[in-house]
Formats: sequence, C-alpha cells, structure tokens
Amino acid sequence: MSKVNKQSLWTSIKSKYSIYFVLIVLFLVCWLANENFVSVENIKNISTQISVGTILAFGQTILIISGMLDLSSASVLALAGVLSVSVYKMTGSLLLAFVAAILVGVICNILNGLMVTRFKTPPFIATLAMMTIARGAALMYTNGQNIYQIGAYIKFGQGRILGMPTPVIFMVTLLVLTWYLLRHTVFGRSIYAIGGNEEAANASGINVNRIKMQAFIINGIFVGIAGVLFMSRVNGGMPNGAVGYEFKALTAAVIGGTSFSGGIGTASGTLAGAFIVGFLDNIMVLVGVNSYLQQIVRGAIIALAVIYDIWAKTKRTKRKLGSAEAK
Amino acid sequence: MNVEVKLRVSNIEKSFPGVKALDKINFAVKKGTVHVLCGENGAGKSTLMKVINGIHKPDSGQILIDGQVVEISNPIQARSLGISMIFQELNYMPEMTIEESLFVGNWPKDKFGKVDWKEIRKRTLTLLEKEQLSYDPETKLKDLTVSDIQMLEILKAISYNSDIIIMDEPTSAITQKEVEVLFKKINELKARGTSIIYISHKMDEIFRIADEITVFRDGCVVDSRPKDAYDMETVITQMVGRKLESVFQKEDIKIGGTVLQVKGLTSDGKFDNVSFEVSEGEIVGFAGLMGAGRTEVMRVLFGLDPYQAGEITIKNKNVNIKNVKTSIDRKMVMLSEDRRRFGIIPVRSVRENVSLSSLRKFIYDGRLHPEVENQTVTDFCKKMNVKTPDYETSIEALSGGNQQKVVLAKWMVTNPDILILDEPTRGIDVGAKHEIYKLMTMLAKQGKALIMVSSELPELIMMCDKIYVMSKGKITGVLRREEFSQERIMAYATETISQEGVNQ
Repeated sequence: MSKVNKQSLWTSIKSKYSIYFVLIVLFLVCWLANENFVSVENIKNISTQISVGTILAFGQTILIISGMLDLSSASVLALAGVLSVSVYKMTGSLLLAFVAAILVGVICNILNGLMVTRFKTPPFIATLAMMTIARGAALMYTNGQNIYQIGAYIKFGQGRILGMPTPVIFMVTLLVLTWYLLRHTVFGRSIYAIGGNEEAANASGINVNRIKMQAFIINGIFVGIAGVLFMSRVNGGMPNGAVGYEFKALTAAVIGGTSFSGGIGTASGTLAGAFIVGFLDNIMVLVGVNSYLQQIVRGAIIALAVIYDIWAKTKRTKRKLGSAEAK
Repeated sequence: MNVEVKLRVSNIEKSFPGVKALDKINFAVKKGTVHVLCGENGAGKSTLMKVINGIHKPDSGQILIDGQVVEISNPIQARSLGISMIFQELNYMPEMTIEESLFVGNWPKDKFGKVDWKEIRKRTLTLLEKEQLSYDPETKLKDLTVSDIQMLEILKAISYNSDIIIMDEPTSAITQKEVEVLFKKINELKARGTSIIYISHKMDEIFRIADEITVFRDGCVVDSRPKDAYDMETVITQMVGRKLESVFQKEDIKIGGTVLQVKGLTSDGKFDNVSFEVSEGEIVGFAGLMGAGRTEVMRVLFGLDPYQAGEITIKNKNVNIKNVKTSIDRKMVMLSEDRRRFGIIPVRSVRENVSLSSLRKFIYDGRLHPEVENQTVTDFCKKMNVKTPDYETSIEALSGGNQQKVVLAKWMVTNPDILILDEPTRGIDVGAKHEIYKLMTMLAKQGKALIMVSSELPELIMMCDKIYVMSKGKITGVLRREEFSQERIMAYATETISQEGVNQ
C-alpha cells in the first residue's frame, strides 16, 4: 500500500510541476542554442513582449477553470484601447483614460456574462458574438483610422520603473492578483467547483450565476488594462490591433495546464505557458527560423500541450479506476 | 442436473499499476441459468465483466465459450461472440429515438450504402411486438424512465441474438414494480437458453433470481455454489470476510420538539399539497415508487427548485426558501440521490470537497487559513470514517461509499439541524451501508432531525421512527414505527388502500 502511495505521490508531483520543468529545459536549450538569448535585456524584452497576451491569459485562466472562455478579449481590448486613447486626447488625463478602458472592458464582459447566465448562451457563442460586435464598434468609432500622436499615453506601456518595463510590472501585479483570487478567496474556490461540476456546486450553496458574472467582470478589468498597455506600446489607438491575441491568451493558458474540461488550472502555470511561447518565439527569431515555419512550430506546440494534458488525465483516471476497483 | 457450460474463465489475472485487480479467477456459467456475482465494491466483479466484454485485456488466463478458447479485444467482438453487457450507469443519448438507439452502431444499409430506415422500423416493430412492449419507435429516450431504457438495453441484447447477457446492478435505479418486470424478462430469457451474469448487492433479489452464486473478495473468487447450497448469512460473511450483523439494530433515541414543519407544499405538475413534520432526534422516512415525487419534494425543500404554494417552518420560524444558500443558512442540508451529478466535484481534492459549503469558515480577514481548513477537514473525515490515502487525493479515486462519506462530511461542517438524505446507501457496499446507518444514528443522537428517502423498504423499516408514503405526487399514508410492514407501505405506495386525514 505504501508503495502505491509513493508512486502516486511522485506521479502527482510530476504532473503538477511538469510545466515548470519544461520551461527550465527550454530555457537551457535556448541558452545553448544562442549566446544572445541569456542577457538581462533580452529576458526583459521577452517579458515585455508577452505581457499583454499574458494579462489576457490570466482572465482566460479564470474563465476556463470555471468551464467558460472568452473569444472576445482581443476585440474588446481594441475597443477599450481606442476609446481610452481618445479619452486621453480629449481630457489629457491619464487616470481618466485608464478608468475608461477598464470601464469598457467591464461593460462588454457584463454583456458576455448576461448572455451566459441569464440567457444560457454557451460562452463560446456569446463571446464569439461579442468578438465581432466589439471589433465593429472599435472600427466604427475610429472610422477605421488609427489615432496617432498620443503623447504621454505611451508612459503606460513604454515607461520603466526602477529599470523594469511597466508592462512587466502590470503583468506581475496581475499574476499575484489572479493567484490571490484563485487561492485565497471564496470566489476562487467557487470557480474551481463550478468548472469541476456545476450542478454539484449549485447544490452545495454556491450562487453559480453570480460567480460566473464576477469571473467575466474580473476578465473585463484585465482586458481593459491590456488595452491600455497595447495601444501605448504601439504608439497609437489602433482599432485593428491585437487581432488573434485571444488565441495567444488561450494558448498560454492551455500550455500552462489549464484544462478545457474545467476545474483545473493555476495563474503561475499560465505564466509558465506564456514564457514557453515567448522563449520559443524569441529563440526562433535569434537563430533565424523562417517566419512561416515559426507559425507551424507554434501550432505544433499547442497540439502537443493538449495531447499531453489529455494523455496525463486518462493515465490518471485509469490508474485511479484501477486502484478504486481493485482495492 | 447436468447442464452444459456456456462460458468459462480460467486463471484470469489482471493488474493495474500498483494493484492486483483479479487474481487467478476461475468460474463457469451454465447455459440457460442466472449466475449471480456478489462482493463488496472493488472486489473485482466489474473488472472481470469488463474483461469478458473486451474493455480490459487480461494479463493472463483464458476465456472459453462453448468450450472454445476465444480472444475478446473489444466490445464489438464480444457482441459478435454473443456477449452483451448492460451497464450499471446507463449511458444513452437522450435525443435519440427508440429505433435509432436499438440499431446504433449496427445500422442496416440498403444497396447504396445508405441507412435503411424502413428496415429499421420493420425490425423494431417486430422486436417490440415479439417482446410485447408497447413503445412508439419514434419516442425519444429522454422521454422514457430509467427502467424503460434498461428494458431497451435488454431488447438490444436480444436483437443481437446474445446468449450471454451481463447485467451490472440492473435494479439500482428502478422501483419494486419494475424489478418484477425485469425478473419476468430474465426468466423468459432463461427459458430460451440465454445465460445471464447478474451483479447485485441486494440479498433478497439475489436469492430470488439466482441459480448459482459466486462470491468475490479482493480480486479473488471466495466460493461458488448453487443457490440452494447458500444462505444469506453465508454470502454476507464470505463477502466481507468477517461476521457482520446482517441487520442493523436501531437504537432508542429520545425525540424532542418539532424542528421542521411543511404545510401544503405544492409544485405544479410535480407534487401537490404535501405536509409533514420532523422533530429533533427523529428519523423520518419517505417511501414510494419511483416517480412518486419524493425527490422532487426534497429538491424544493432544499431550494433547488421553486414552489408555488405552501409553508415551510423551521424551528417555529416561517421561512421562504429561495435557493440552496437560504436552506444552508437555516441549517438544512441535503445529500442527493445522484452523487456523481449533485454531490462531488470529481477533479478536486477530498479537502476541497469537504470545505465547499463552509468556505467562510476558512477564508476570513482577506485570506485562506490552511491550518484551520486542514484541521476541520481532518476532524470531520475522521468522524465520518473516510478512508483515503490523504486529503489532497482527488475524490474520484475513492470508492462510492467513501465518496458518500465525504459528501456527508461536507454537510456536517456546516453544522446542520436538519439533514435530508436521498437514497444515502444507493450503490455502496454492505460494509459502507452499515457505516452510513451508524452515522445516521449518531446524528440523531446529537438531536439532529433526519429525513431519509429510500427505495429499499427494509432499510426504511429498520432506521425510521415514522414513514410517509407517497404516490403520484401526494402523501397517501403515514405509519408509526409499530405499524411498519413492507406490505402496508406498498399498499399505500400503490394506493390499493387509502388513509383518511393524512394531509391535515
């Protein structure tokens, strides 16, 4: 019996920390592959590059754990971003611009949440609709034109505090916030329960609709912040910006071990997932891999991550079924 | 009587990582007989059946049909060899019609390779007629009861011309009346020469239906004899490997003041004008056939479904139950009949499952207090006698009985006054059942009010102080302990007699 326990402990450690192991191995491989990879500036560079996508990924992580997802995050990012830039140009207040972005993110996500909780639309469909609506709204508002000359607005995304790029500071702060929410709050525990078994969560006294709504609202705040950082980094309000970022975010979450069947996932796993993608992209550029091939590699990584996730899960269930049946 | 052996397994061994599930299993099923397998959960019965059905591959050993060694590597192959299995947990596609479901995976095709719906209709009607079942082939499965679907599964097995049918706890979800129909069918099948392997926990059934009995324990065959050479006591002793009191002794517990009072509770289309009372230290039973509305009443009481009329009074206070939260706040909790659906969060740990309904006890001052949580979880799991390697193990790794104890522990952490237990012993083994009875007694002693819904009359008669009987959404009778008898309860449940003044 003790042998069985030891074995399952080791397997559980393996499955729990495998993603960090992969990250470290990748880091070492990159180090060996190119001498320019390991330098303070390059690592800062990678971190800055992944920050916007990773912030979206934290929101996705919360939603995926609870059995939902957000396809609209990149479009809402664009809408929040252009409105925020234009608020700044009108008022000259960075604070108001920041608040405006968050407000837009939250409103769009309240609509997502209403569709899901009130009208029982599957999150995939609800956020697919929002994806199209928000992008359309961003384009309509700007008449399809980019907004340039954004002045001090670039401080959000291009500034440094104590030598640290501001996007990285935002990313780390939201990492800690996501970790705190998932680990230390009733909300977090409820999220895992709802994703694991919604009906049982409801029968345990959890207000499922309220928690789902809160998850969308938190996602909205993250999307708003990501919108500010993105526009600031590209020096303008771009209604066509960040296309495909929702998938970048989903990729980071999935590689980081968040399970699409719900109930499983962590903030730090998602960060690791984002860095894995970031390292890969960076090293491919450094060693001069053809940019089309880069895409193929990125896709293959997603496929591998999901296959591994499913494989690890069936192995786990099989082992458990075996031991439960034969005890 | 010398009957030929239809199916024989010899020296079957099967290991899963870390455990030996089957250890040199030998047994034989004779043609045209019912062979019952019993054993506690995890004794290896289901694993063996999965080996015979081609779901698991044995590590060593042989399977012989009609004396020929056969290799079975998947259920389709098993089917072609005449083996069909009816699973304990029926998996079906609710949107399918009866005729579609009968031929799923085996559709007859016309000369263009297109599914031949006319042929399907013809064969379905012939089959239904032959078995004297009055279903409409176009009815969707979601509109049928569990026992109807089970009957269809049997029909499917017949349509494949199976001569070995495996039934894994077929009566765990159907009522007494439906059990009779099932048994009649089994006898018909027997008469045609079909061999049936029947897995069950229910002793009275086993002795009614079996020709031979094989007892499993810890992956081994303990004994195999014709039914007449067995008695209930022996089977139970062999199953648990120790002498177990086959009947649980109810203790005398002092009954206090009324805790819960329900008056004229009505939910349109489900039940009507239901009134009852439960007191401190009392165990109140709810009997009735499936579909009588017992679970529906409990769901409304617990806040899972809305109600249209009626008054609910808890400790002399009128309460309006809006959702589950309000009833938990009023110290009323419910253990659901469907543990997998409403009880457990499968991917999460035992710890998280236990603390789920009392999170505010561990999360305060803006953070989680793991030491408080671990202490509470440990305390309650010990009290409930949960057997688990540790509390971080995911709950799906535990046996059914232990999962049930974890769910009970979750509710105990909320410190309830009223516990609604809907089929608390369904699908768990004899040993775990006794533990549940013991826990119920302990809770009643602490002055808690207990409501027990059960389809097993002996269990209700053994445990309860008072039994309400329901039929078609109404309470048709109420019995005090001294009036208990299976016959009377069944009479009320089928409304062959009626009692005046129950609903006043």
